Amino acid sequence: MTGHPTDLISVTALACGWLAIGLLGFIRPRSTGWVAHGLFPLGAVLGIAVTALALVALVQPAETLILPLGLPDLHFQLRLDALSAVFLLLIGATAAGISIFSAGYFRSGEGAAPGLLCLQYHLFLASMVVVVIADDAYLFMVAWETMALSSYFLVTTQHRLPEIRRAGFIYLLIAHLGAIGLLLCFGVMQGGNWQFTFEAMRAAQLTPVWASAAFFLALLGFGAKAGLVPLHVWLPEAHPAAPSPVSALMSGVMLEIAVYGVLRITFDLLHMQLWWWGLVTLGLGLFTSLFGVVFAAVQTDMKRLLAYSSIENIGIIFLGVGLTVIFHAFHMPLLAALALAATLYHCLNHAFSKSLLFLSTGSVLHATRERSLGKLGGLIHRMPWVAWLALVGTLAIAGLPPLNGFVSEWLLLQAFLFTPDLPHSYINMLLPMGAAALALVAALAAYVMVKFYGVIFLGQPRESSLSEAQDCGRLERIGLLWLAAGCVLLGIFPVPLLALLNGVSRELLGASLGSQLQHWWLLAPIAPERASYSPVVFMLSTVVLVAVVVLGVRLFYHGRVRKASPWGCGFPLLTPRMQDTAEGFGQPIRQIFEPLFRMRRELPSPFDTSPHYRVQVEDHFWYTLYMPIAGWVRRISSLASEVQQGRISVYLLYSFLTLVALLAFAL
Amino acid sequence: MNSVTLITQLTEVILAVVAAPLLMGWVNQCRAWLQNRRGPGVLQPYRQIRKLFHKDAVIAANASPLFRLVPYVQFAAMCLAAAIIPSLWTGLPFAVAADTIALVGLFATARVFLALAAMDIGTAFGSMGARREMLVGFLAEPALLMVFFTASLISHSTSLPTIVETLAQGRLAIYPSLAFAGVAFLMVLLAENARIPVDNPATHLELTMIHEATVLEYSARHLALIEWSVALKLFNYTCIGLALFFPWGLAADTHSLQDLLLAMPITGVKLLVAGFGLALIESLNTKMRIFRAPEFLTTAFLLAVLGLLVHLLLGS
Repeated sequence: MTGHPTDLISVTALACGWLAIGLLGFIRPRSTGWVAHGLFPLGAVLGIAVTALALVALVQPAETLILPLGLPDLHFQLRLDALSAVFLLLIGATAAGISIFSAGYFRSGEGAAPGLLCLQYHLFLASMVVVVIADDAYLFMVAWETMALSSYFLVTTQHRLPEIRRAGFIYLLIAHLGAIGLLLCFGVMQGGNWQFTFEAMRAAQLTPVWASAAFFLALLGFGAKAGLVPLHVWLPEAHPAAPSPVSALMSGVMLEIAVYGVLRITFDLLHMQLWWWGLVTLGLGLFTSLFGVVFAAVQTDMKRLLAYSSIENIGIIFLGVGLTVIFHAFHMPLLAALALAATLYHCLNHAFSKSLLFLSTGSVLHATRERSLGKLGGLIHRMPWVAWLALVGTLAIAGLPPLNGFVSEWLLLQAFLFTPDLPHSYINMLLPMGAAALALVAALAAYVMVKFYGVIFLGQPRESSLSEAQDCGRLERIGLLWLAAGCVLLGIFPVPLLALLNGVSRELLGASLGSQLQHWWLLAPIAPERASYSPVVFMLSTVVLVAVVVLGVRLFYHGRVRKASPWGCGFPLLTPRMQDTAEGFGQPIRQIFEPLFRMRRELPSPFDTSPHYRVQVEDHFWYTLYMPIAGWVRRISSLASEVQQGRISVYLLYSFLTLVALLAFAL
Repeated sequence: MNSVTLITQLTEVILAVVAAPLLMGWVNQCRAWLQNRRGPGVLQPYRQIRKLFHKDAVIAANASPLFRLVPYVQFAAMCLAAAIIPSLWTGLPFAVAADTIALVGLFATARVFLALAAMDIGTAFGSMGARREMLVGFLAEPALLMVFFTASLISHSTSLPTIVETLAQGRLAIYPSLAFAGVAFLMVLLAENARIPVDNPATHLELTMIHEATVLEYSARHLALIEWSVALKLFNYTCIGLALFFPWGLAADTHSLQDLLLAMPITGVKLLVAGFGLALIESLNTKMRIFRAPEFLTTAFLLAVLGLLVHLLLGS
């Protein structure tokens, strides 16, 4: 700790700034113009400021600050270190794009009053900032719960619709399940001396059993927020229910904040890391990612598809966390640093590309009022801005070079290639299988993304109303451009950012990739002769080659083009309905991965006058895990209702009996 | 990077681009011989491409710019892949910029763009082709990656030239893990290049076609570029196979003209043999039903993973 904590004070001030913007919404709560065109752009400016501060803080030593607020003997403690700074960067940069988009997106007459929405939105942002700079369990939990509640109210913006209330309820329920896990986790980590600052927890010496308990409670708590299977059920409900900028914030930022929590507790607060924690996390991550991507492939609602794709990405991130734990536990610092860099990089990637995609679905939703993939199509002609920018996000999420998704995938696969060096013969046999599964997930992600993009933006419009769709406005374009630029920059210049991320691995693992990142253009994390990848050269040569081929063809041949109607297969009555639908595109996946789904099919009989074909794909976890638990809860609560008679004399009797019992106990 | 290596790199790519249709023509000619036909001659793909370039392009009225961009991207991607794969030299400077994982990513990018272009017009065949192409892709891609992983674990590098150099030093020593990987790779090669038994490049039968359905709407120069890149893709895959499983005879030193003069005929002969083998496989097999393609590819994936396991078990 050196000098005055200026950065930390500025970050706190910016969080307060977001809060103030939220409150300013109440000056004219019903005016969309004031809130959308005045306050949201201001929020975006603060987002950029947070980004800049985070970049500064990444290379500076940790700062701490004690606020004169909080409990009598536990004042709020704040700390800004490299790990916090990375996630501040993520929050700030993503929020800047989403806020500027929201400025154009929120229109009058939709759900809650704009002023209220503005408060909830900025409270959500501020609480996420506080989560990453909190340095005691009390403040952390307060901020965590504020985050959960403000996002709950954002999800239920259109609370008049029953399915949205239901989605909000499920979200709240699982968020609180997670919060209980976190409370217990902090309870374990104070180690018997009842000190709830993170400082004290770092010093606490837990036995391996209690440390494991703390780790798994944290995994439960943060996994519920991040959407680890089987705690993922809220994601596909809440994301479609929320307005698109809120989905973008929740999926792009909030899920990553849960990853922050896991990293903070595992590598900073706990003094030991056992290798089998890593194995469990890795297994959970792999299953989550496979589950998410397979379910994404069969979705027919564009926002549900993206929600499942988020589950997949969270799985990949947890896989990275698991690898880091394993390498760290076996004292392989360089490899642990590599896995951690891949994890953090994937967090940043997911923040940018998933927000970009959620926002573009928002624009599509506004333009067409349709969320169902079966009723969209051909929007690249009507909405070129959204379509081309969404293409960037699509390719990024699909993990294709030279965009950002590929960089983290590449780093993770490189980390996997070193697992045979582990001094444990059983895991070094098992782990390369993980690489195989990761490769499968990555390839499936491309399948999902082709479906997503192709069905929405390409082909012919499936409904006639789509020909009236309007492209998004100027502010929305700026927001989308900001995020797309982030995807491209993260893809092309990974080395400078990875050099910045070194601070985190030095802080958490005591090792970094520092000396390996000499050339700004060449990514060679371990040694250049082992593996290297240069996105800049890759990108440039692709562009140059495409240009050469285009020019060559023009120069030596000609550019003559005739327009004609597409080939009708010799069949005169082709309609847009004959294109592959989202169901059709998902059909092979449904067939191959059938055991993962709970499917209900209604097939028409040959004698139906109006035949209907219906197939419904559902989650096994609902029926095998959640429904039985809900049944037990109902049974227990019906027992409790036996006690509640609703007559005052009975309650007086209860009080009397309680008093007698207490007296007997006291005497 | 000095000028000599740069020239070598460019020569390698240009040679690949020029020679690729020849390999395609050779395979077709062999197939014709095996089926007791005279065949059109090995130069037929060149004539086909020239003819297509001279025609006027006909494009569907509702095609987006993406549709017109894709053939160029496709061709550029395959050229880029040729720059990474050692077919004559192992000292390729461009291989520093992209290793085997990036190579797999490059093939995936090309595939995704092709599928998107196929969906762009919005006909029933196009989107069906896109779906099937992606179906083949999502199983073949991890299998290919696992083949590369096995080779990478042997040579402690993911850079393709380094892998090839390490394997070539082994002097006819057979790695058991590579045997599994080799079979898996062959299956991937057949699937990814739309050959029998997964797909039939010579048919436009709607129920069975995969790759041809995706390019149904292309004509003239766009189709020429696509056909050329298909030939280049086959050339690339064959060269990967030769480099991984028959790595002998490549020139290591870019400065030595002697090595190069030796490497050229060796690579030529290897390609001829490989092309004949491919034609043999295609003539001896029948096309599978489309629903069996996933099983075929899953087998390839499992074989590749098995190869990885064998390497880890035996350490070789």
